[in-house]
Amino acid sequence: MLKIENLHAEIDGKEILKGLSLEVNAGEVHAIMGPNGAGKSTLAYVLGGRPGYEVTQGSATFMGQDLLAMEPHERAAAGFFLGFQYPVEIPGVSNVQFLREALNSQRKSRGQEPLSGGEFLKLAKEKAGLLRLDMEMLKRPVNVGFSGGEKKRNEMVQMGILDPSFAVLDETDSGLDIDALKVVGEGINAIMRSQNKGVLLITHYQRLLDYVQPDKVHILAAGRIVKTGGPDLARQLEDEGYDEVMAA
Amino acid sequence: MTALPTTRDEGWRYADIDAVAKLGADALDHWKEVSLAAGESQRHCMVVGSDAPELHRIRLSVGKGARAELFVVVTGSDYCRVEVETDLAEGAHFELGGVTIGGGHAVREIVTRTTHDAPEATSNQVVRAVHWGEATGNFLGAINVGRLGQRTDAAQDFKALVLEKGASANAKPELEIFADDVKCAHGAAIGQMDEMARYYMASRGLAPDVAKRLLIRAFIADALAALEDEEEAERLLEAALEVLEKRT
Repeated sequence: MLKIENLHAEIDGKEILKGLSLEVNAGEVHAIMGPNGAGKSTLAYVLGGRPGYEVTQGSATFMGQDLLAMEPHERAAAGFFLGFQYPVEIPGVSNVQFLREALNSQRKSRGQEPLSGGEFLKLAKEKAGLLRLDMEMLKRPVNVGFSGGEKKRNEMVQMGILDPSFAVLDETDSGLDIDALKVVGEGINAIMRSQNKGVLLITHYQRLLDYVQPDKVHILAAGRIVKTGGPDLARQLEDEGYDEVMAA
Repeated sequence: MTALPTTRDEGWRYADIDAVAKLGADALDHWKEVSLAAGESQRHCMVVGSDAPELHRIRLSVGKGARAELFVVVTGSDYCRVEVETDLAEGAHFELGGVTIGGGHAVREIVTRTTHDAPEATSNQVVRAVHWGEATGNFLGAINVGRLGQRTDAAQDFKALVLEKGASANAKPELEIFADDVKCAHGAAIGQMDEMARYYMASRGLAPDVAKRLLIRAFIADALAALEDEEEAERLLEAALEVLEKRT
């Protein structure tokens, strides 16, 4: 579903990703863990097409298409979703307005009819309920005045509404309390656990993986995947730390 | 007859003096006089925009406890100046919402002189400017609080969005206060489009032009927030956004 080969990327001339390869098949959840500065968020942004992140070598293919050749909004329309580590505040634009425009833009580019206001609100209400986010918050400007946890839950509500085929979730668990972590974990399962969807979870902690069981766990260090294993690898990291596991 | 101004005159410092000369000195003498009786409320909404220079000079005399509201969108493709001189009686209120928007080489400006020379009068002015090309947007706002203007509450808020290098905005707040129990607030900020917000919106599937329209709409909506007639507010917003869409 997502195939990354020998990816090299830099920001301001500084190389961060140094030959990263990774493949996630449909129906799979992969987790990427790694020390600070390893390039985890850079990978997320490169896949999401953030301006300023320059790919110098390698490829990323998403459902047979050259992901890196697409504009960010085209990636979204193709079914790619990026859950932000730091969701952005947009004063003056309500969540409902923003998401309805976004969903209908995506539908339009896929040749589908736009959803009416009523249909959209029904969908939004359902997904907000799933993530236990008050519907009133969706009427407020995007992420403005939201707590860290609310912003992350809002990311997942957006994912639920947009219903992508593939999601890269960049530290969606950071800033969540224990109860919210469970809600978000269950939300990810409900929205993304399917035979024709895939997930790449970027996380620092084992905890989220208790709720969203990964099929594979990768360790990213110094811009490359240095070790791949099953769910046990995450537990081993939690117990022993990166230095020891990577040295083994 | 009034002599033609030069840029050495404070109130005309950023004006397009050639365009003023084209209008001729007669135009300078043409003031629209509006008087509000005690307790009266009047609202005036206007879209100023043609392809020839325009000068609108308004003198408002707001009676005791009366309320004058002016909402203006300046969209012309040549020099446009809307100038408002307001004299507030005891307990009167003046509300101004202004937008200047456009590209090309034109100078578009809103110039106000608000006199608080009676107790407990209030005024609130919110102006937003959005410019590109080599256009200029100006807000010159003078507030004069005389000796009798005790317990004045006056506020001015100007923000400009400069979409391209070459466009500019000027803010010139001018406060002259002779009473000692007075609240006068003023703020001015000139900046560029929030690129992270645009990227965030793109990542959810919004095409760049749609994202930009939403962001600019939110930005200028501040100036119309006090306009309680939603239909009028929508009409003014659309008039402003139409200029953005015509942009080549």
